Amino acid sequence: MMKSEKRKDYTLEIRGPEGGDILLVITGRIVLSNLHQVTDDLRTIPAEVAPSSLTVDLTGLDYLDSSGALALLHLKHEAEARSVPFEFIGMNSRVKGIMDLLHTVTVGAASAAPERKPAGLIEQVGEAGMKVAQDFVTLMSFTGALVTTLLYSAAHPRSVRWDDVLRNMKQVGVDGFPIVTLISVLLGLIMAFMSSLQLKQFGANIYVASLVSIAMVKELGPIMTAILVAGRSGSAFAAEIGTMVVNDEVNALVTMGFDPLRFLVVPKIIAAVVVVPLLTLYADAFAILGSLVVGVLGLDLTVYTYMQQIRITIDNYDVMTGFIKSLFFAFLVGGIGCHRGFQVRGGPESVGKATTSAVVSAIFLIILADSIFAIVLHYLERK
Amino acid sequence: MTEQATPVIVVEGLTARYDDRSILENVSFRVFQGERFIILGGSGCGKSTLLKHLIGLYRPYSGHILVNGIDIATHDEENLVKARMNIGVLFQNDALFGSMALYENVALPLREYTDLSEGIIEQIVRMKLELVRLGGYENHFPSELSGGMRKRAGIARAMALDPQMLFLDEPWAGLDPITAAELDILVRSINTGIGATMVIVTQELASIFAVGQRVIMLDKEARGIIAEGDPVVLRKESADPRVVNFFNRRTA
Repeated sequence: MMKSEKRKDYTLEIRGPEGGDILLVITGRIVLSNLHQVTDDLRTIPAEVAPSSLTVDLTGLDYLDSSGALALLHLKHEAEARSVPFEFIGMNSRVKGIMDLLHTVTVGAASAAPERKPAGLIEQVGEAGMKVAQDFVTLMSFTGALVTTLLYSAAHPRSVRWDDVLRNMKQVGVDGFPIVTLISVLLGLIMAFMSSLQLKQFGANIYVASLVSIAMVKELGPIMTAILVAGRSGSAFAAEIGTMVVNDEVNALVTMGFDPLRFLVVPKIIAAVVVVPLLTLYADAFAILGSLVVGVLGLDLTVYTYMQQIRITIDNYDVMTGFIKSLFFAFLVGGIGCHRGFQVRGGPESVGKATTSAVVSAIFLIILADSIFAIVLHYLERK
Repeated sequence: MTEQATPVIVVEGLTARYDDRSILENVSFRVFQGERFIILGGSGCGKSTLLKHLIGLYRPYSGHILVNGIDIATHDEENLVKARMNIGVLFQNDALFGSMALYENVALPLREYTDLSEGIIEQIVRMKLELVRLGGYENHFPSELSGGMRKRAGIARAMALDPQMLFLDEPWAGLDPITAAELDILVRSINTGIGATMVIVTQELASIFAVGQRVIMLDKEARGIIAEGDPVVLRKESADPRVVNFFNRRTA
């Protein structure tokens, strides 16, 4: 038997004169695993042998799967396209069953659905522009809805799910402590070290304290904390809400008479707005601690003079503006995270996109808001 | 028929547990070549657990499962891949890849496991989709299809490699009666046409009678099989009240 041979577990035998009535005897197995070879062998037959009629004997066929049947039917189509009379003989009940099944389908029919062609340049630019505009509109209406819901919650504190607020505060704040600590200490250390290299040359060692504290408290503290929160929690908000949208959980909330904004978003926003400013102060403190290490060990300053210098440099106004900035950032990060979550349509891959978009948009908004703050605060200060 | 007598799945003394919660105790049965075999039972009786053991996703706590003579719990990777090539699975929530169009979903295993040219793969994929009456939906994404269409697309993907066995987990769940009846016909025609053995987990009464040739019924309390045989015969002749209640849709 041919079966023992692994490479070729079928045989094709052509009986009859070239150009005459041909009998093709197929034995063995025609299956997916040898289909490659079978199609190669079969393809040549109608063209090269040029039979006046073709009869295919399947009596010796041990096994045929649907892919194999497809190849045989293809042979038939090809023969018929050349107006060669064609016939299968010797089909057993199994082979007949599979052939009949395939006869019910129109093999090789062109796809009715139009191919999704990649759009042209102008179309793409237009689409991208429309998308940005549309995104802006939905973001604005979301912001409006969110603000009214928050005002409602402020007027009706009992309607807020405080358990959820606490859970989110833990997730955004407490669970974020390790990474915020690590990054702020290192940032303080690096800034102090790099600036000390320069300032040392002028004997201005003490101004390292001023530099680090101003940079951290006014700018880097709020921004860095907000970006960390965007990466840790903004993405989590988007993924959580997005998954709930995919699973129809949000629809379930609506039909049960809950406002998804009040139920899902308000606790997250409250938690973020409460926790992020505190996290920012914490980051400021640890950055200063990091720079203090450099100041004391590397610049021979005492702890007292170092702290005194910081007290002179930083006043309450600076701390307050940093605090207020981080409050806004928290609102932006939480809001955009939830918004992207609600924008999820379709399946899991859309949740992934929403999560990415939540982080990217949050970072963009943080920087944008910070620039606005810089200009506004500059003019406020001059008065 | 002679080939009906060849067992393709042999389960012997299977015990399934989650941690120390026992789901199935000492279950043994056989599935024969080419038959439509149905696993049924009430909610929480371990139907899906049993199916996941049969396809090798869970390892038995004790006992053996032989699929085509290969122990599905084997650690021999080569054997396991061979065993898995021979089975196709439709999961309960269809588990189509949402990031791929239907065509890609079905073509994926063909590209991975065969060296066929893209032209032949395209023909095969088209044929499978036509078989489940989804011709023309090649470029649709799963999220754009209805539940019944996704079920059929899942079957097309399960059949991609022409497996000798198809496992269907709750294929009728969530379908309207007409769509469900169409699926009955589809399952039967694929079974008789391709000759694939079918193992189906369901509790859809109408479809059990329309499709099932032999059933086993599991029970939560008994943690095992309480009835085995032709569903029509079981409904008429079983003396077990649990079986009678199930088939006649009565409460205990």
